[in-house]
Amino acid sequence: MTRSLRLWHYLTRYIDNFLLFGILLIMAVGLATLYSATGGNLTRVTNQAVNMVAALVIMWLVANIPLQHMMRLALPIYLVGLILLICVALFGEINNGARRWLNIGITRIQPSELMKIAVPLMMAWYFDKHEATLRVRDYIVATIILLLPAVLIVRQPDLGTTLLIISSGFYALFLAGLSWRIMIGLAIAGVGSLPLLWSMMHGYQKKRVMTLFDPTQDALGAGYHTIQSTIAIGSGGITGKGWQNGTQTHLDFLPEKSTDFIFAVFSEEFGIVGNSLLLLLYLVVIGRGLVITVNASTQFTRLIAGSITLTFFTYIFVNIGMVVGILPVVGVPLPLISYGGTSMVTMLLGFGILMSIHLHPKLVKT
Amino acid sequence: MNRTIEIRNHIRELQHFQNRLTISAGFVLFLFLLLFARFFYLQVLESKRYHTLAEANRISISPVVPNRGLILDRNGDVLAQNYSAYTLEFVPNKLPDFEATINELATVIEIAEIDRRRFKKLMEESNKFESLPIKTRLSDEEVARFAANSYRFPGVEIKARLFRQYPKGKSASHVIGYISRINNKDVAQLEASKDSANYKGTNHIGKIGVEQSYEKELHGIAGFEEVETDSAGRKIRVLSRKPPVSGNDLILTLDSKLQEIAEKAFGDRRGALVAIDPNNGDVLAFVSKPGFDSNLFVNGIDFENWDRLNNSIDRPLNNRALRGVYPPGSTFKPFMALAGLELNLRTPKYTISDPGYFRLPGSRRQYRDWKAGGHGRVNIHKSLVVSCDTYYYELADDLGIDNIFKFIGQFGLGKKTGIDIQGEVSGLLPSREWKMRRHKQKWWPGDTISIGIGQGYNLATPLQLAFATSIIANKGTAFRPHLVKRIQNSKTGEIFERAPKVLYELNLNPDNLQLVRNALVDVTRPGGTAAAAGAGAEYTFAGKTGTSQVVGMKQGEKYDEKAVKERHHDHALFIAYAPAENPSIALSVLVENGGHGGSAAAPIARQVMDYALLGKLPVHKEEKSIDGNIEGVHD
Repeated sequence: MTRSLRLWHYLTRYIDNFLLFGILLIMAVGLATLYSATGGNLTRVTNQAVNMVAALVIMWLVANIPLQHMMRLALPIYLVGLILLICVALFGEINNGARRWLNIGITRIQPSELMKIAVPLMMAWYFDKHEATLRVRDYIVATIILLLPAVLIVRQPDLGTTLLIISSGFYALFLAGLSWRIMIGLAIAGVGSLPLLWSMMHGYQKKRVMTLFDPTQDALGAGYHTIQSTIAIGSGGITGKGWQNGTQTHLDFLPEKSTDFIFAVFSEEFGIVGNSLLLLLYLVVIGRGLVITVNASTQFTRLIAGSITLTFFTYIFVNIGMVVGILPVVGVPLPLISYGGTSMVTMLLGFGILMSIHLHPKLVKT
Repeated sequence: MNRTIEIRNHIRELQHFQNRLTISAGFVLFLFLLLFARFFYLQVLESKRYHTLAEANRISISPVVPNRGLILDRNGDVLAQNYSAYTLEFVPNKLPDFEATINELATVIEIAEIDRRRFKKLMEESNKFESLPIKTRLSDEEVARFAANSYRFPGVEIKARLFRQYPKGKSASHVIGYISRINNKDVAQLEASKDSANYKGTNHIGKIGVEQSYEKELHGIAGFEEVETDSAGRKIRVLSRKPPVSGNDLILTLDSKLQEIAEKAFGDRRGALVAIDPNNGDVLAFVSKPGFDSNLFVNGIDFENWDRLNNSIDRPLNNRALRGVYPPGSTFKPFMALAGLELNLRTPKYTISDPGYFRLPGSRRQYRDWKAGGHGRVNIHKSLVVSCDTYYYELADDLGIDNIFKFIGQFGLGKKTGIDIQGEVSGLLPSREWKMRRHKQKWWPGDTISIGIGQGYNLATPLQLAFATSIIANKGTAFRPHLVKRIQNSKTGEIFERAPKVLYELNLNPDNLQLVRNALVDVTRPGGTAAAAGAGAEYTFAGKTGTSQVVGMKQGEKYDEKAVKERHHDHALFIAYAPAENPSIALSVLVENGGHGGSAAAPIARQVMDYALLGKLPVHKEEKSIDGNIEGVHD
């Protein structure tokens, strides 16, 4: 008994229980919501549970990797990711009008997903390397590190992933101390380049942005998702219609109800009370991430932990913002809840890194 | 030293980082509050509105069609009923190429040419988004075969529907009428009468007969179902239901056995018969020959059948009893006789010497009697028994058109009887005003003479003649003829009797009435014009024959019956009631181009009377005598 307990302690010595507890709670909410969203489809729920277990195993593995190794891996992972993205652009498989997948014989992979980790890793590595002597030039290099994959991914097109990668890179830049002047300048340039960006956007992307301002102008087309999800959420009221009683959900009015729009299902059935509790749970995880970030001992670990934590937040905000109708519809899943294995793995890979940062013997810089 | 700077730098940098992280945490909190604010807006402030929207999303109201009431005859025989069957339906305008769909369907289920024709006619008559049946009354096997292939036919559905059926087919079709699909005209009418809501799920509506006139009773009140639907509009479950109220059953005054006997008595001949119970106005039989099969119309009639019915020279769709107008001929005479007696212009003893014609004083024009050489000495009794024309030429002249119009108008001629089906016409009892209005001419004394024998401008429907006869039969009381005896709530069994309605009572001198009634009995006895038809009757049978001219004869021209085409033959008429002392049935018979009333029309009346009074079914021999030349007196 004590032996197995000791073994357990040994195996989980790099697992942050606080973080794990928050993650598991959210996953439980996710499974329950998925069960309702799929109308009691146990196969889908089991699949998702398997995804979760697999992702948790990956998290455990990553948590056990010491940071030195991770630092050494940053550049190669980034370069491999970049090459794979170029391969996607050249010979990627087209699915639903987007070229995102690469067939590598045994399976198909989505290199953009890898870049969600690779970009902050690479930037953190770069800033760490030039820590003592940060100059404007370094910020420019870092920006190029960020923009190279972003441009490749936005062309696929994959607005959601691009957004997440740019924000993860931006968090790294921001935390690394990018001066306010430059940021304001960038913001102005960004606003100035909006017309250019608009002209580069695909028709369906423009439509999504337009319908944000007035979903009813295309109620059965692009605006349908937002209209139905706001109806679902609004009709949930204070305490919701109860688990498995959401009419919008169960009568098929909600689109994408087990993936990107799963929050509407949760919200319809649990109301503003449930929403607040879920936000609180997320806040616990984010808070723990920020605590880990503050306590991180090196520039590399600080930047990577901060970027991962804030990107996790970005997922939540963009997804819920889209479902409640204050952001355009972009393909960003609700972390730990939306159905799908890829994002689950990416997410927990990030948490694995956080745990590794927190619990491995501090690398004292001398 | 260097090291201290580095450490100081390091500490400053760390502070810098912590600053940035604090800002980030604030940013996170701020955006989460923003989300919460949005939740608050959607789920607290606007919750009611979204709740309504969600309900509207999922709940739709669908009508539940009530069962249409049954139609029964006075003995409970079913004349119109419902049965449920499967139909194969689709909305033609929702399919890209409905003809192709029909061709495709024909590979799975037999679709006859007649079905296609019927469908085309339906399409012309219905609105754009109505679901129309390509085939009705599918067999179980056909339903199964379609179900197995239904994936090939998006938009084509099998529906269970209630159908109307008329078990007696062609019998009494003009009275019962039929229901047929609601057309644009019906929709406009329903909207005008604010009944549209009640007809939301209803496809059929009464078009003629009691199906039309009692539509409100028969239809019932539609119920509603609150149905939960999914985003594709499919029914998931019923949330609440207000059941429909079935239509009421109609019990007609008609005796369907009597009706069938009367119809059979006509054989292939065209004509009409209306039999009324003079004691209450119950219409016992209401025949218009030829008829049609009401069942043909229910699911939309096909072009071929429609063409056949609509363009037939026999005009089977024409309700002759209700809408056919004919000169009443000599059936007019009993009323003339009563007028003469009541207005004291004739006494029972008054006689004329009939030379075979009548001539107005100072005129050379001869009004001929039907019997060349005349009837000799004729009093009022004999004038009816032998149907002497000369007597009535003179009487008409003595009465004058104003008296005739006023007195005979009391028997309902020239006016609608107010029977409870639609489309009745009023016929024509001429007057000075009418002629001035219609022909812009004054009334000439010569016009009156032929009115006396029911010719001239005179026109009456068989229904009017039966009604007028019923007034003589019951000694002056005018009951409104009616076809519906009672209305019965099919659920509760509650009965609403339609009480007989007395329109008015004529104050006739009983002696005068008796005189005429006695004469009418003698009409069916040896020496009378309907002696053959009355022979051997086991009850006293009162009647009056009539023959109405189709082509007017010119002066001096001999009218050769055989030379004129059949269509130019005279119409044969007969009015009758029995038993004469206390009549329980009064009727009128018309046989178009039948020739003489006594030989063509009276035997039909006899068969109807025999059944009505004695329950006796017609024997074959009697039927033969209808066609044969009957020895005796012609009218």
